[in-house]
Amino acid sequence: MTAYLKLDHIDKSFARGGQVSEVLKDIRLTIDKGEFVSIIGHSGCGKSTLLNLIAGLTKVSAGAVLLEDKEVDSPGPERAVVFQNHSLLPWLTVYENINLAVSKVFGGTRSRAERHDWIMRNLDLVQMAHARDKRPAEISGGMKQRVGIARALAMEPKILLLDEPFGALDALTRAHLQDAVMDIHSRLGSTTIMITHDVDEAVLLSDRIVMMTNGPAATIGEVLAVPLARPRRRVELSSDRTFLRCREAVLKFLYERHRFVEAAE
Amino acid sequence: MSIQTIEDTTVKAFPAKPAEVIAFTAKARRRFDPIVIAGKLASALVPPAIVIALMLIVWQIACSSPTASLPPPSQVWNEAYDLIAHPFFNNGPQDIGLAWRVLISLQRVAIGFGLAAIVGVALGALVGQSIWAMRGLDPVFQILRTVPPLAWLPLSLAAFRDSSPSALFVIFITSIWPIIINTAVGVRNIPEDYRNVSRILRLNQFEFFVKIMVPAAAPYIFTGLRIGIGLSWLAIVAAEMLTGGVGIGFFIWDAWNSSRLPDIIVALAYIGVTGFCLDRLVAAVGAFVTRGTTAK
Repeated sequence: MTAYLKLDHIDKSFARGGQVSEVLKDIRLTIDKGEFVSIIGHSGCGKSTLLNLIAGLTKVSAGAVLLEDKEVDSPGPERAVVFQNHSLLPWLTVYENINLAVSKVFGGTRSRAERHDWIMRNLDLVQMAHARDKRPAEISGGMKQRVGIARALAMEPKILLLDEPFGALDALTRAHLQDAVMDIHSRLGSTTIMITHDVDEAVLLSDRIVMMTNGPAATIGEVLAVPLARPRRRVELSSDRTFLRCREAVLKFLYERHRFVEAAE
Repeated sequence: MSIQTIEDTTVKAFPAKPAEVIAFTAKARRRFDPIVIAGKLASALVPPAIVIALMLIVWQIACSSPTASLPPPSQVWNEAYDLIAHPFFNNGPQDIGLAWRVLISLQRVAIGFGLAAIVGVALGALVGQSIWAMRGLDPVFQILRTVPPLAWLPLSLAAFRDSSPSALFVIFITSIWPIIINTAVGVRNIPEDYRNVSRILRLNQFEFFVKIMVPAAAPYIFTGLRIGIGLSWLAIVAAEMLTGGVGIGFFIWDAWNSSRLPDIIVALAYIGVTGFCLDRLVAAVGAFVTRGTTAK
Protein backbone atom coordinates (compact mmCIF):
# COMPACT_ATOMS: atom_id res chain seq x y z
CA MET A 1 0.00 0.00 0.00
CA THR A 2 1.33 3.42 -0.88
CA ALA A 3 1.14 6.20 1.65
CA TYR A 4 -1.78 8.64 1.61
CA LEU A 5 0.48 11.61 2.17
CA LYS A 6 4.19 11.39 1.54
CA LEU A 7 6.79 14.00 2.36
CA ASP A 8 9.65 12.97 0.14
CA HIS A 9 13.09 14.33 1.10
CA ILE A 10 11.88 17.89 1.52
CA ASP A 11 14.32 20.78 1.88
CA LYS A 12 13.21 24.33 2.40
CA SER A 13 15.43 27.38 2.43
CA PHE A 14 14.62 31.06 2.26
CA ALA A 15 16.81 33.50 0.35
CA ARG A 16 16.97 36.95 1.80
CA GLY A 17 19.30 39.41 0.16
CA GLY A 18 22.39 37.40 -0.59
CA GLN A 19 21.93 35.08 2.37
CA VAL A 20 20.28 31.71 2.12
CA SER A 21 18.94 30.32 5.37
CA GLU A 22 18.11 26.65 5.51
CA VAL A 23 14.96 26.06 7.51
CA LEU A 24 14.06 22.44 6.85
CA LYS A 25 16.40 19.68 5.77
CA ASP A 26 15.58 16.23 4.47
CA ILE A 27 12.07 15.81 5.87
CA ARG A 28 10.79 12.30 5.25
CA LEU A 29 7.40 11.21 6.51
CA THR A 30 4.47 9.13 5.37
CA ILE A 31 0.98 9.48 6.77
CA ASP A 32 -1.82 6.99 6.34
CA LYS A 33 -5.43 7.78 5.62
CA GLY A 34 -7.38 8.62 8.77
CA GLU A 35 -4.29 9.13 10.85
CA PHE A 36 -3.95 11.97 13.35
CA VAL A 37 -0.37 13.22 13.39
CA SER A 38 1.01 16.01 15.56
CA ILE A 39 4.17 17.90 14.78
CA ILE A 40 5.87 19.24 17.86
CA GLY A 41 9.04 21.26 18.33
CA HIS A 42 10.44 24.39 19.85
CA SER A 43 9.45 27.70 18.33
CA GLY A 44 11.45 28.60 15.26
CA CYS A 45 12.05 24.97 14.29
CA GLY A 46 10.09 25.39 11.08
CA LYS A 47 7.00 23.40 11.98
CA SER A 48 4.67 26.09 10.63
CA THR A 49 6.79 26.23 7.48
CA LEU A 50 6.31 22.48 7.14
CA LEU A 51 2.54 22.87 7.43
CA ASN A 52 2.59 25.65 4.83
CA LEU A 53 4.52 23.36 2.50
CA ILE A 54 1.89 20.64 2.87
CA ALA A 55 -0.85 23.24 2.35
CA GLY A 56 0.97 24.46 -0.76
CA LEU A 57 1.09 28.02 0.53
CA THR A 58 4.89 27.94 0.22
CA LYS A 59 6.89 25.99 -2.29
CA VAL A 60 9.47 23.35 -1.44
CA SER A 61 13.10 24.03 -2.35
CA ALA A 62 13.82 20.38 -3.01
CA GLY A 63 11.88 17.14 -2.70
CA ALA A 64 8.12 16.84 -3.00
CA VAL A 65 4.84 16.64 -1.11
CA LEU A 66 2.76 13.82 -2.55
CA LEU A 67 -0.92 13.44 -1.76
CA GLU A 68 -2.33 10.19 -3.15
CA ASP A 69 0.78 10.05 -5.37
CA LYS A 70 0.05 13.45 -6.89
CA GLU A 71 2.47 16.28 -6.30
CA VAL A 72 1.24 19.27 -4.31
CA ASP A 73 2.48 22.58 -5.68
CA SER A 74 -0.33 25.04 -4.96
CA PRO A 75 -2.92 25.51 -2.20
CA GLY A 76 -6.34 23.99 -2.58
CA PRO A 77 -9.48 23.09 -0.64
CA GLU A 78 -8.53 19.40 -0.44
CA ARG A 79 -5.87 20.47 2.09
CA ALA A 80 -7.90 22.80 4.31
CA VAL A 81 -6.05 24.82 6.94
CA VAL A 82 -7.32 25.94 10.33
CA PHE A 83 -5.19 28.98 11.09
CA GLN A 84 -3.88 29.86 14.50
CA ASN A 85 -5.74 33.17 14.53
CA HIS A 86 -8.92 31.70 12.95
CA SER A 87 -8.72 34.01 9.87
CA LEU A 88 -12.46 34.42 9.59
CA LEU A 89 -13.48 37.34 7.42
CA PRO A 90 -14.79 39.95 9.88
CA TRP A 91 -17.34 41.48 7.51
CA LEU A 92 -19.14 38.17 7.00
CA THR A 93 -21.33 36.33 9.50
CA VAL A 94 -20.43 32.86 10.73
CA TYR A 95 -22.78 31.36 8.15
CA GLU A 96 -21.46 33.54 5.32
CA ASN A 97 -17.87 32.69 6.17
CA ILE A 98 -18.58 29.00 5.71
CA ASN A 99 -20.82 29.70 2.75
CA LEU A 100 -17.90 31.43 0.99
CA ALA A 101 -15.96 28.17 1.17
CA VAL A 102 -18.92 25.89 0.44
CA SER A 103 -20.21 27.83 -2.56
CA LYS A 104 -16.71 27.96 -4.03
CA VAL A 105 -15.95 24.27 -3.52
CA PHE A 106 -19.41 22.80 -4.15
CA GLY A 107 -21.02 25.61 -6.20
CA GLY A 108 -21.04 23.49 -9.35
CA THR A 109 -21.96 20.15 -7.85
CA ARG A 110 -24.58 20.76 -5.18
CA SER A 111 -27.87 22.65 -5.20
CA ARG A 112 -28.47 25.67 -3.02
CA ALA A 113 -30.57 23.65 -0.55
CA GLU A 114 -27.92 20.94 -0.36
CA ARG A 115 -25.24 23.53 0.29
CA HIS A 116 -27.34 25.11 3.03
CA ASP A 117 -27.83 21.73 4.71
CA TRP A 118 -24.12 21.04 4.42
CA ILE A 119 -23.21 24.37 6.08
CA MET A 120 -25.65 23.72 8.91
CA ARG A 121 -24.35 20.14 9.31
CA ASN A 122 -20.83 21.48 9.79
CA LEU A 123 -21.97 24.20 12.17
CA ASP A 124 -23.80 21.54 14.19
CA LEU A 125 -20.65 19.44 14.23
CA VAL A 126 -18.76 22.19 16.07
CA GLN A 127 -21.88 23.18 18.07
CA MET A 128 -22.02 26.64 16.57
CA ALA A 129 -25.37 26.56 14.74
CA HIS A 130 -26.79 28.95 17.34
CA ALA A 131 -24.36 31.69 16.25
CA ARG A 132 -24.88 31.42 12.50
CA ASP A 133 -25.87 35.08 12.09
CA LYS A 134 -23.19 36.54 14.35
CA ARG A 135 -20.09 38.25 13.07
CA PRO A 136 -16.68 37.02 14.24
CA ALA A 137 -16.25 40.10 16.44
CA GLU A 138 -19.36 39.12 18.40
CA ILE A 139 -18.22 35.65 19.45
CA SER A 140 -15.43 34.45 21.74
CA GLY A 141 -12.01 33.23 20.68
CA GLY A 142 -12.91 29.59 21.21
CA MET A 143 -16.09 30.01 19.17
CA LYS A 144 -14.15 31.63 16.34
CA GLN A 145 -11.78 28.69 16.27
CA ARG A 146 -14.77 26.31 16.17
CA VAL A 147 -16.09 28.19 13.16
CA GLY A 148 -12.62 28.04 11.61
CA ILE A 149 -12.69 24.26 12.03
CA ALA A 150 -16.19 24.10 10.57
CA ARG A 151 -15.07 26.12 7.57
CA ALA A 152 -12.16 23.77 6.98
CA LEU A 153 -14.31 20.65 7.42
CA ALA A 154 -16.96 22.09 5.09
CA MET A 155 -14.43 21.96 2.23
CA GLU A 156 -14.48 18.16 2.67
CA PRO A 157 -10.68 18.09 2.67
CA LYS A 158 -8.56 15.02 2.12
CA ILE A 159 -6.27 16.35 4.83
CA LEU A 160 -7.12 18.71 7.62
CA LEU A 161 -4.19 20.93 8.60
CA LEU A 162 -4.31 22.54 12.03
CA ASP A 163 -1.73 25.27 12.61
CA GLU A 164 -1.46 25.63 16.40
CA PRO A 165 -5.24 25.89 16.45
CA PHE A 166 -5.59 26.28 20.21
CA GLY A 167 -2.47 28.32 20.89
CA ALA A 168 -4.29 31.57 21.54
CA LEU A 169 -6.98 30.09 23.80
CA ASP A 170 -7.21 29.74 27.56
CA ALA A 171 -6.72 26.30 29.12
CA LEU A 172 -10.40 25.50 29.69
CA THR A 173 -11.51 26.54 26.22
CA ARG A 174 -8.59 24.63 24.79
CA ALA A 175 -9.73 21.45 26.56
CA HIS A 176 -13.24 21.84 25.14
CA LEU A 177 -11.91 22.28 21.65
CA GLN A 178 -9.52 19.34 21.96
CA ASP A 179 -12.50 17.19 22.91
CA ALA A 180 -14.42 18.59 19.96
CA VAL A 181 -11.56 17.79 17.58
CA MET A 182 -11.25 14.24 18.97
CA ASP A 183 -14.98 13.76 18.56
CA ILE A 184 -14.94 15.04 14.99
CA HIS A 185 -11.93 12.92 14.11
CA SER A 186 -13.61 9.79 15.43
CA ARG A 187 -16.81 10.56 13.55
CA LEU A 188 -15.35 11.59 10.19
CA GLY A 189 -12.04 9.76 10.27
CA SER A 190 -10.38 12.75 8.66
CA THR A 191 -6.66 12.59 8.11
CA THR A 192 -5.29 15.35 10.30
CA ILE A 193 -1.94 17.04 10.81
CA MET A 194 -1.66 19.36 13.77
CA ILE A 195 1.14 21.72 14.70
CA THR A 196 1.45 22.21 18.42
CA HIS A 197 3.88 23.03 21.18
CA ASP A 198 1.74 21.52 23.91
CA VAL A 199 2.99 18.07 24.93
CA ASP A 200 -0.25 16.96 26.61
CA GLU A 201 -2.29 18.05 23.64
CA ALA A 202 -0.04 16.13 21.27
CA VAL A 203 -0.23 12.91 23.30
CA LEU A 204 -3.96 13.20 23.90
CA LEU A 205 -4.95 13.73 20.28
CA SER A 206 -2.38 11.96 18.13
CA ASP A 207 -1.80 8.53 16.71
CA ARG A 208 1.78 9.56 16.09
CA ILE A 209 3.87 12.48 17.28
CA VAL A 210 6.54 13.87 14.98
CA MET A 211 9.29 15.60 16.97
CA MET A 212 11.38 18.19 15.21
CA THR A 213 14.98 19.05 16.01
CA ASN A 214 15.94 22.66 16.45
CA GLY A 215 16.70 24.88 13.47
CA PRO A 216 18.45 25.97 11.39
CA ALA A 217 18.14 23.04 9.01
CA ALA A 218 15.63 21.35 11.29
CA THR A 219 14.57 17.85 10.54
CA ILE A 220 12.47 15.09 12.06
CA GLY A 221 14.28 13.86 15.16
CA GLU A 222 11.96 11.11 16.23
CA VAL A 223 8.49 9.77 15.56
CA LEU A 224 6.57 8.42 18.52
CA ALA A 225 3.55 6.17 18.14
CA VAL A 226 0.86 6.71 20.77
CA PRO A 227 -0.71 3.29 21.34
CA LEU A 228 -3.73 4.53 23.28
CA ALA A 229 -7.16 3.16 22.45
CA ARG A 230 -9.87 5.53 21.25
CA PRO A 231 -12.10 7.10 22.39
CA ARG A 232 -9.71 8.72 24.81
CA ARG A 233 -10.84 10.47 27.95
CA ARG A 234 -8.54 13.04 29.44
CA VAL A 235 -9.53 12.28 33.05
CA GLU A 236 -8.77 8.58 32.77
CA LEU A 237 -5.59 9.17 30.80
CA SER A 238 -4.03 11.46 33.38
CA SER A 239 -2.97 8.40 35.37
CA ASP A 240 -2.64 5.97 32.46
CA ARG A 241 0.85 4.40 32.24
CA THR A 242 1.04 4.51 28.44
CA PHE A 243 -0.04 8.13 28.40
CA LEU A 244 2.56 9.07 30.98
CA ARG A 245 5.26 7.10 29.18
CA CYS A 246 4.51 8.86 25.86
CA ARG A 247 4.43 12.20 27.61
CA GLU A 248 7.77 11.53 29.22
CA ALA A 249 9.28 10.48 25.91
CA VAL A 250 8.25 13.74 24.25
CA LEU A 251 9.40 15.81 27.21
CA LYS A 252 12.75 14.06 27.22
CA PHE A 253 13.19 14.70 23.52
CA LEU A 254 12.29 18.36 23.82
CA TYR A 255 14.04 19.27 27.05
CA GLU A 256 17.00 16.89 27.32
CA ARG A 257 18.18 15.93 23.87
CA HIS A 258 17.07 18.97 21.91
CA ARG A 259 16.93 21.77 24.38
CA PHE A 260 15.96 25.09 22.94
CA VAL A 261 18.95 27.40 23.01
CA GLU A 262 17.81 30.92 22.52
CA ALA A 263 19.89 33.17 20.30
CA ALA A 264 22.71 30.69 19.99
CA GLU A 265 24.42 32.65 17.23
CA MET B 1 -1.20 21.92 37.80
CA SER B 2 -3.21 23.21 34.90
CA ILE B 3 -4.19 19.74 33.68
CA GLN B 4 -6.02 19.13 36.91
CA THR B 5 -8.32 22.07 36.26
CA ILE B 6 -9.04 21.06 32.69
CA GLU B 7 -10.08 17.54 33.68
CA ASP B 8 -13.08 18.52 35.74
CA THR B 9 -14.83 20.52 33.06
CA THR B 10 -17.71 18.82 31.34
CA VAL B 11 -19.83 21.88 30.65
CA LYS B 12 -20.61 22.16 26.96
CA ALA B 13 -23.04 25.07 26.73
CA PHE B 14 -21.92 28.66 26.43
CA PRO B 15 -23.35 30.77 29.24
CA ALA B 16 -24.26 34.44 29.63
CA LYS B 17 -26.99 34.49 26.99
CA PRO B 18 -29.87 35.74 29.17
CA ALA B 19 -27.60 38.46 30.55
CA GLU B 20 -27.05 39.71 27.02
CA VAL B 21 -30.79 39.96 26.34
CA ILE B 22 -31.48 41.92 29.51
CA ALA B 23 -28.70 44.37 28.77
CA PHE B 24 -30.04 44.90 25.28
CA THR B 25 -33.62 45.74 26.31
CA ALA B 26 -32.39 48.09 28.99
CA LYS B 27 -30.29 49.88 26.42
CA ALA B 28 -33.16 50.04 23.93
CA ARG B 29 -35.50 51.61 26.46
CA ARG B 30 -32.99 54.25 27.37
CA ARG B 31 -32.50 55.16 23.73
CA PHE B 32 -36.09 56.42 23.40
CA ASP B 33 -36.09 58.42 26.59
CA PRO B 34 -37.06 62.00 25.50
CA ILE B 35 -35.15 63.65 28.35
CA VAL B 36 -31.92 61.90 27.40
CA ILE B 37 -32.40 62.79 23.74
CA ALA B 38 -33.11 66.45 24.59
CA GLY B 39 -30.01 66.53 26.78
CA LYS B 40 -27.84 65.08 24.04
CA LEU B 41 -29.25 67.48 21.46
CA ALA B 42 -28.65 70.45 23.76
CA SER B 43 -25.07 69.46 24.50
CA ALA B 44 -24.45 69.11 20.76
CA LEU B 45 -26.21 72.29 19.63
CA VAL B 46 -25.82 74.88 22.37
CA PRO B 47 -22.00 75.33 22.31
CA PRO B 48 -21.78 75.94 18.53
CA ALA B 49 -24.83 78.24 18.72
CA ILE B 50 -23.10 80.36 21.35
CA VAL B 51 -19.88 80.51 19.34
CA ILE B 52 -21.74 81.52 16.17
CA ALA B 53 -23.66 84.21 18.05
CA LEU B 54 -20.44 85.60 19.49
CA MET B 55 -18.82 85.64 16.06
CA LEU B 56 -21.78 87.51 14.59
CA ILE B 57 -21.61 90.10 17.38
CA VAL B 58 -17.86 90.66 16.91
CA TRP B 59 -18.36 90.89 13.16
CA GLN B 60 -21.25 93.34 13.57
CA ILE B 61 -19.16 95.59 15.82
CA ALA B 62 -16.06 95.37 13.65
CA CYS B 63 -17.88 96.25 10.40
CA SER B 64 -20.43 98.78 11.61
CA SER B 65 -18.30 101.89 11.06
CA PRO B 66 -19.25 103.75 7.84
CA THR B 67 -15.72 103.32 6.46
CA ALA B 68 -15.70 99.51 6.85
CA SER B 69 -14.87 97.70 3.61
CA LEU B 70 -17.00 94.62 4.37
CA PRO B 71 -20.74 94.58 5.20
CA PRO B 72 -21.86 93.70 8.74
CA PRO B 73 -24.34 90.81 9.32
CA SER B 74 -27.30 93.15 9.59
CA GLN B 75 -26.60 94.54 6.13
CA VAL B 76 -26.16 91.04 4.74
CA TRP B 77 -29.51 90.04 6.19
CA ASN B 78 -31.27 93.08 4.72
CA GLU B 79 -29.70 93.14 1.26
CA ALA B 80 -29.51 89.41 0.59
CA TYR B 81 -32.77 88.49 2.29
CA ASP B 82 -34.30 87.04 -0.86
CA LEU B 83 -31.31 84.70 -1.28
CA ILE B 84 -31.50 83.53 2.34
CA ALA B 85 -35.26 83.12 2.57
CA HIS B 86 -36.02 81.75 -0.91
CA PRO B 87 -33.37 79.26 -1.95
CA PHE B 88 -35.59 77.81 -4.69
CA PHE B 89 -36.86 80.83 -6.64
CA ASN B 90 -36.56 80.69 -10.41
CA ASN B 91 -36.84 83.92 -12.43
CA GLY B 92 -35.31 82.90 -15.72
CA PRO B 93 -32.02 81.36 -16.82
CA GLN B 94 -29.53 83.50 -14.89
CA ASP B 95 -31.68 84.56 -11.92
CA ILE B 96 -32.24 81.44 -9.83
CA GLY B 97 -32.11 80.60 -6.11
CA LEU B 98 -28.86 79.55 -4.47
CA ALA B 99 -30.16 76.06 -3.75
CA TRP B 100 -30.56 75.51 -7.52
CA ARG B 101 -27.03 76.73 -8.09
CA VAL B 102 -25.71 74.41 -5.39
CA LEU B 103 -27.60 71.52 -6.96
CA ILE B 104 -26.08 72.26 -10.37
CA SER B 105 -22.61 72.32 -8.84
CA LEU B 106 -23.41 69.11 -6.95
CA GLN B 107 -24.42 67.46 -10.17
CA ARG B 108 -21.00 68.25 -11.64
CA VAL B 109 -19.33 66.97 -8.51
CA ALA B 110 -21.40 63.80 -8.66
CA ILE B 111 -20.24 63.06 -12.21
CA GLY B 112 -16.60 64.03 -11.75
CA PHE B 113 -16.27 62.45 -8.33
CA GLY B 114 -18.17 59.32 -9.38
CA LEU B 115 -15.74 58.76 -12.23
CA ALA B 116 -12.81 59.46 -9.94
CA ALA B 117 -14.13 56.92 -7.41
CA ILE B 118 -14.46 54.16 -10.01
CA VAL B 119 -11.12 54.81 -11.70
CA GLY B 120 -9.38 55.58 -8.41
CA VAL B 121 -10.41 52.34 -6.69
CA ALA B 122 -9.46 50.31 -9.75
CA LEU B 123 -6.05 51.99 -10.10
CA GLY B 124 -5.48 51.84 -6.34
CA ALA B 125 -6.24 48.11 -6.34
CA LEU B 126 -3.73 47.63 -9.16
CA VAL B 127 -1.04 49.64 -7.40
CA GLY B 128 -1.69 47.90 -4.09
CA GLN B 129 -1.68 44.45 -5.61
CA SER B 130 1.25 44.57 -8.00
CA ILE B 131 4.70 45.57 -6.86
CA TRP B 132 5.68 46.57 -10.41
CA ALA B 133 2.60 48.73 -10.93
CA MET B 134 3.47 50.43 -7.66
CA ARG B 135 7.08 51.04 -8.61
CA GLY B 136 6.04 52.47 -11.95
CA LEU B 137 2.98 54.46 -11.03
CA ASP B 138 3.55 55.61 -7.47
CA PRO B 139 6.18 58.27 -8.25
CA VAL B 140 3.97 59.66 -11.01
CA PHE B 141 0.99 59.82 -8.65
CA GLN B 142 3.04 61.45 -5.93
CA ILE B 143 4.09 64.24 -8.28
CA LEU B 144 0.74 64.77 -9.98
CA ARG B 145 -1.24 64.85 -6.75
CA THR B 146 0.56 68.01 -5.63
CA VAL B 147 -0.57 69.97 -8.71
CA PRO B 148 -3.24 72.47 -7.58
CA PRO B 149 -6.70 71.96 -9.12
CA LEU B 150 -6.76 75.19 -11.09
CA ALA B 151 -3.41 74.48 -12.70
CA TRP B 152 -5.15 71.72 -14.66
CA LEU B 153 -7.84 74.06 -15.97
CA PRO B 154 -6.03 75.76 -18.90
CA LEU B 155 -4.82 72.39 -20.13
CA SER B 156 -8.25 70.80 -19.91
CA LEU B 157 -9.86 73.84 -21.60
CA ALA B 158 -7.39 73.42 -24.45
CA ALA B 159 -8.05 69.68 -24.63
CA PHE B 160 -11.86 69.68 -24.36
CA ARG B 161 -12.52 73.10 -25.99
CA ASP B 162 -15.58 73.47 -23.77
CA SER B 163 -15.98 74.72 -20.23
CA SER B 164 -18.36 72.04 -18.97
CA PRO B 165 -16.21 68.93 -19.53
CA SER B 166 -13.20 70.97 -18.39
CA ALA B 167 -14.82 71.60 -15.01
CA LEU B 168 -15.65 67.90 -14.71
CA PHE B 169 -12.09 66.97 -15.56
CA VAL B 170 -10.72 69.32 -12.92
CA ILE B 171 -12.92 67.68 -10.29
CA PHE B 172 -11.92 64.24 -11.48
CA ILE B 173 -8.20 64.94 -11.46
CA THR B 174 -8.34 66.70 -8.09
CA SER B 175 -10.24 64.05 -6.20
CA ILE B 176 -8.71 60.92 -7.72
CA TRP B 177 -5.31 60.99 -5.96
CA PRO B 178 -6.38 60.41 -2.36
CA ILE B 179 -8.72 57.67 -3.58
CA ILE B 180 -5.91 55.90 -5.44
CA ILE B 181 -3.40 56.27 -2.66
CA ASN B 182 -5.71 55.21 0.17
CA THR B 183 -7.06 52.26 -1.79
CA ALA B 184 -3.50 51.14 -2.54
CA VAL B 185 -2.54 51.35 1.13
CA GLY B 186 -5.68 49.45 2.10
CA VAL B 187 -4.99 46.70 -0.42
CA ARG B 188 -1.37 46.44 0.68
CA ASN B 189 -2.54 46.07 4.29
CA ILE B 190 -4.88 43.14 3.64
CA PRO B 191 -3.76 40.54 6.20
CA GLU B 192 -1.76 37.68 4.75
CA ASP B 193 -4.27 35.28 6.36
CA TYR B 194 -7.11 36.56 4.18
CA ARG B 195 -4.93 36.03 1.12
CA ASN B 196 -4.14 32.51 2.32
CA VAL B 197 -7.84 31.79 2.78
CA SER B 198 -8.52 32.93 -0.77
CA ARG B 199 -5.60 30.85 -2.08
CA ILE B 200 -6.83 27.71 -0.32
CA LEU B 201 -10.31 28.31 -1.74
CA ARG B 202 -8.73 29.02 -5.15
CA LEU B 203 -10.69 32.25 -5.60
CA ASN B 204 -10.00 33.78 -9.00
CA GLN B 205 -8.88 37.39 -9.46
CA PHE B 206 -12.41 38.73 -9.78
CA GLU B 207 -13.75 36.80 -6.78
CA PHE B 208 -10.77 37.92 -4.72
CA PHE B 209 -11.40 41.55 -5.70
CA VAL B 210 -15.10 41.48 -4.85
CA LYS B 211 -15.15 39.14 -1.86
CA ILE B 212 -11.87 39.90 -0.08
CA MET B 213 -10.08 42.96 -1.41
CA VAL B 214 -12.90 45.53 -1.49
CA PRO B 215 -14.40 44.65 1.90
CA ALA B 216 -10.99 44.33 3.55
CA ALA B 217 -9.80 47.66 2.15
CA ALA B 218 -13.18 49.39 2.57
CA PRO B 219 -12.18 51.50 5.61
CA TYR B 220 -9.18 52.84 3.68
CA ILE B 221 -11.20 53.31 0.50
CA PHE B 222 -13.77 55.37 2.36
CA THR B 223 -11.07 57.51 3.94
CA GLY B 224 -9.86 58.25 0.42
CA LEU B 225 -13.38 58.94 -0.83
CA ARG B 226 -13.99 61.31 2.06
CA ILE B 227 -10.85 63.32 1.37
CA GLY B 228 -11.66 63.17 -2.35
CA ILE B 229 -15.16 64.58 -2.05
CA GLY B 230 -13.85 67.45 0.08
CA LEU B 231 -11.23 68.26 -2.55
CA SER B 232 -13.72 68.02 -5.39
CA TRP B 233 -16.04 70.50 -3.66
CA LEU B 234 -13.07 72.85 -3.28
CA ALA B 235 -12.25 72.43 -6.94
CA ILE B 236 -15.76 72.91 -8.35
CA VAL B 237 -16.16 76.34 -6.82
CA ALA B 238 -12.80 77.49 -8.13
CA ALA B 239 -13.35 75.93 -11.54
CA GLU B 240 -16.82 77.46 -11.95
CA MET B 241 -15.44 80.91 -11.22
CA LEU B 242 -13.41 80.60 -14.38
CA THR B 243 -15.61 78.49 -16.63
CA GLY B 244 -18.88 80.33 -16.00
CA GLY B 245 -22.29 78.66 -16.15
CA VAL B 246 -24.90 78.71 -13.41
CA GLY B 247 -23.12 76.97 -10.53
CA ILE B 248 -22.52 78.40 -7.08
CA GLY B 249 -18.88 79.20 -7.93
CA PHE B 250 -19.82 81.35 -10.87
CA PHE B 251 -22.42 83.10 -8.74
CA ILE B 252 -19.67 84.35 -6.43
CA TRP B 253 -17.61 85.59 -9.33
CA ASP B 254 -20.66 87.30 -10.81
CA ALA B 255 -21.53 88.91 -7.47
CA TRP B 256 -17.97 90.19 -7.11
CA ASN B 257 -18.12 91.78 -10.57
CA SER B 258 -21.34 93.56 -9.65
CA SER B 259 -20.09 94.47 -6.13
CA ARG B 260 -22.77 92.51 -4.26
CA LEU B 261 -20.70 91.58 -1.22
CA PRO B 262 -23.65 90.41 0.93
CA ASP B 263 -24.57 87.88 -1.79
CA ILE B 264 -21.04 86.50 -1.67
CA ILE B 265 -21.24 86.03 2.07
CA VAL B 266 -24.54 84.15 1.78
CA ALA B 267 -23.07 81.98 -0.98
CA LEU B 268 -20.07 81.18 1.22
CA ALA B 269 -22.42 79.93 3.92
CA TYR B 270 -24.21 77.73 1.37
CA ILE B 271 -20.92 76.30 0.14
CA GLY B 272 -19.68 75.59 3.65
CA VAL B 273 -22.88 73.87 4.74
CA THR B 274 -23.03 71.83 1.54
CA GLY B 275 -19.39 70.74 1.88
CA PHE B 276 -20.05 69.73 5.47
CA CYS B 277 -23.08 67.69 4.42
CA LEU B 278 -21.13 65.97 1.64
CA ASP B 279 -18.38 65.00 4.07
CA ARG B 280 -20.87 63.62 6.57
CA LEU B 281 -22.76 61.80 3.84
CA VAL B 282 -19.66 59.92 2.65
CA ALA B 283 -18.63 59.25 6.25
CA ALA B 284 -22.09 57.86 7.04
CA VAL B 285 -22.11 55.64 3.94
CA GLY B 286 -18.62 54.45 4.91
CA ALA B 287 -19.66 53.69 8.46
CA PHE B 288 -22.67 51.76 7.17
CA VAL B 289 -20.74 49.76 4.57
CA THR B 290 -17.75 48.95 6.78
CA ARG B 291 -19.71 48.06 9.90
CA GLY B 292 -17.98 45.11 11.50
CA THR B 293 -15.03 45.30 9.12
CA THR B 294 -12.65 47.12 11.38
CA ALA B 295 -13.46 45.03 14.44
CA LYS B 296 -10.93 42.33 15.16
